[in-house]
Amino acid sequence: MNLWRQPGFWPSFLLVFLSGLVVLVLRQDTLRETAFTVLMFIGLASSLNILMGYTGYVNFGHIVFFGLGGYFGFFLVSEMGWPVYLAALGGGVLSSILAYIIGAAVLRLRGAYFALATIGVNEAARAFVSNFEPFGGSTGLYVNFSAYDRYGGAGQALWFTFILLWLVVLAVIVVSYLVKRSRFGLGLSAIREDEDTAMVMGVNAPLDKTKAFLISAFFPGLIGTLYFFKNGNVEPDDAFRFQMSLEILVMVMLGGKGLLLGPIVGAFAYERLRGYLLTSVIFKNLHLATSGLVLLLIVLFVPGGGVGWLRERFPKLRRWLE
Amino acid sequence: MILQVQEVSKRFGGLQALLDVNFELAEGQIMGLIGPNGAGKTTLFNVINGVYPPTEGQVIFRGEKITGLPSYEVARRGLARAHQVVRPLNDLTVRENVMVGACFGRERHSRSSAASLADQALTQVGLIDRADQFALSLNVAQKKRLELARALAARPYLLLLDEVLAGLNPSEIAGMMETIRTIRDQGFTILMIEHIMQAVMSISDQIIVLDYGQLIAGGNPQEVANNPKVIEAYLGDPEMTARLLAE
Amino acid sequence: MIHVLPSIIDGLLIGFVYGVAAMGLTLIWGVMRVINLGHGATMALGMFCTYFLFSDLALNPYLGMVAVVVLSLLFGFLIYGVALQRVIQSGYLSTLLATFAVNMIIIGIGTAVFTTSPRNIDFSAGSITLGPVILQGTRLLAALAAVVITGALYLFLYFTRPGKAIRAVSDNRAAAELMGIPSSHVLALAFGLGTMLAAVAGGLTSTFFPFTILSGATYQLKSFVICVLGGLGNPLGALVGGLFLGALEGIVPTFMPVSWVPVVEFVLFVLVLVVKPTGLLGAK
Ligand SMILES: Nc1ncnc2c1ncn2[C@@H]1O[C@H](COP(=O)(O)OP(=O)(O)O)[C@@H](O)[C@H]1O
Ligand SMILES: [Mg+2]
Repeated sequence: MNLWRQPGFWPSFLLVFLSGLVVLVLRQDTLRETAFTVLMFIGLASSLNILMGYTGYVNFGHIVFFGLGGYFGFFLVSEMGWPVYLAALGGGVLSSILAYIIGAAVLRLRGAYFALATIGVNEAARAFVSNFEPFGGSTGLYVNFSAYDRYGGAGQALWFTFILLWLVVLAVIVVSYLVKRSRFGLGLSAIREDEDTAMVMGVNAPLDKTKAFLISAFFPGLIGTLYFFKNGNVEPDDAFRFQMSLEILVMVMLGGKGLLLGPIVGAFAYERLRGYLLTSVIFKNLHLATSGLVLLLIVLFVPGGGVGWLRERFPKLRRWLE
Repeated sequence: MILQVQEVSKRFGGLQALLDVNFELAEGQIMGLIGPNGAGKTTLFNVINGVYPPTEGQVIFRGEKITGLPSYEVARRGLARAHQVVRPLNDLTVRENVMVGACFGRERHSRSSAASLADQALTQVGLIDRADQFALSLNVAQKKRLELARALAARPYLLLLDEVLAGLNPSEIAGMMETIRTIRDQGFTILMIEHIMQAVMSISDQIIVLDYGQLIAGGNPQEVANNPKVIEAYLGDPEMTARLLAE
Repeated sequence: MIHVLPSIIDGLLIGFVYGVAAMGLTLIWGVMRVINLGHGATMALGMFCTYFLFSDLALNPYLGMVAVVVLSLLFGFLIYGVALQRVIQSGYLSTLLATFAVNMIIIGIGTAVFTTSPRNIDFSAGSITLGPVILQGTRLLAALAAVVITGALYLFLYFTRPGKAIRAVSDNRAAAELMGIPSSHVLALAFGLGTMLAAVAGGLTSTFFPFTILSGATYQLKSFVICVLGGLGNPLGALVGGLFLGALEGIVPTFMPVSWVPVVEFVLFVLVLVVKPTGLLGAK
């Protein structure tokens, strides 16, 4: 398939590409920090979408892969002295391996039972890491500042990390699109709609959903490593926030699950809303409640998410809003 | 023999849904499977295509034992099925539904060649104008046709059709019968469950009759229609009896 | 063995309260197929309600529980009407997100109003000494209250019309609707009852542990574990599961560091879900 001739691919790709480019051109530290958060959530939400939107398995523990992969990658940087891009790759690979093991158990469950199991996996992982001494137990790990020297000091290292994140998120978008348009992706949609029927039609559901889980888990591992490296430390309560898992899920819903553009728009919108609420005088103390209210309104009245709504409203735009 | 079912039994807890079922189906034939409601017909299909394993017995497809294989493995070996209770993939378009059949059936087509196969199958069942609609928006008769198109697009050696005529009005039945005849003429082997006697009798080479999980008769349509056991089995169902005797 | 006894008994007493919270969650799941992510926040509201009745109105916490029952039942109806009724047929993801939104709203407002500094109810009901075991009065009374509530719930579910309707819907929604049970009233009632059980469990907890508006989250997770151990949708299983978890929390720290308790709990949770999703008790 020729990616460059696909109308559904461009809006998503350009959105991410340009937002990163703008930051690199303007070179402001605060803008970079904001963009880092937004891009990170785009990457997390889009990777969750591969399992949740394409395959129909709602994972409440997506953040486990961010946490465990990130911990491992951070460990490789700070304790083993690996360069950050290799360490991030290590984090991603570990996440996928873990997804294979966890998936062998929990992917046999369906619907709400799967969702519940992923909540359990997240909590078990958090509790385990809090007790795991090589990862610093409940206090976590700190980066040795000499680790930044390799990139020309801490300031340069932050820019380098940002560029890596940008590339990773672009990769998430490309992979998401390729999966969606492939035969494999068609099989995933069939599993989402009706797993038993899909199997009767020849879809190897156990294998295909495991593959989707592996792909979905790979990117949070990469992103986690970059995030913790940027922060300079990692600790259990930061790495396995159930709240954050839910926020990622909300972003996917907000934009529209199963669509390439959905999680991107959702992550943008959610982060902008949060940023606005946190700085506004009136809403500052009520930002959580207001976000909750917005979510409730979306769930009740716009269940297809923003992009889903546009697709329904303007069928002509569909080929651009995949 | 394309399909051999040997001493197949299936139990659900205390319920003996199938007991010692034996039959063979030759390539290129159409076999009708009839029997009162709850006789175990759909269960027999489920055992044949691997939705669940039989409690006892063997299923042999094109010389290979497929007993206990998962349903996707069975599908790949060239066995496709249209469900009694239609099961469209609602959020996919009609074309995409059929493409799933082509992509994951016997020939495992790529997505682009699957699309043209799908259109072929949709044309054959008369659903091509709906190709870009969501499957959710179809009516029951159209959904039945979709089931058939999906099965056809898999280009199977053997088609299992489970009551594809049920719930259709007379003119829709006539149309569907026509479609099935053209499918037969293309040389597909078909095993079909049907309640509408006239239809099965007219189209099948062979008929087997299931009652309370057991095969009580088999043979060509004439023999079966005149078999006293068959008439007795349907006596609990006056309407059926009347239809059968009217043959 | 003898030194384990006090912690087991202590754990069991708390287990009764866990059980009540989990019963609420499991009832809502059984009848509505809703995973209520607002359960913990509701528990926290129960804690605050008890606290204010005690500190501002000087109401005995156990008398205050009557007010908590009434208020939380109404609160449950309200949430059902506003957040759930519209999406109850759209599958578990919608209802789950709706309850999560409710959770965010409660926690958000609660944080703004009450802050997150810990509070506790300064109430003592003495203690009883039995040989080597010292039983805290508040925990004994909480366990007793939990038993009374379970008994009342049982009587309600088995001997009243609305209760029987709830059980009928829980067993088979489609069939119950065919028989003409007004399903949406039943759903509202079930959600109300589930919310009430959460609030009461929260209220009882607040008599012996300090708390903040965020405290509910931990108990909510424990409730998930308990529901799964006891079999989702099975109220009696939830109570037994609660006792089991309480006892486990009493025993585990005697032979490994207390921080390993959640590891054991959640690994058990996932294992039970995967190996025997109907729960250890195996009902349903
Ligand atoms: N998965 C199942 N679990 C338990 N009982 C079943 C199952 N599937 C079918 N049955 C029972 O097996 C019997 C045969 O059903 P079925 O094969 O659907 O009949 P038919 O298709 O001939 O009408 C019925 O009594 C039915 O209730
Ligand atoms: Mg049937």
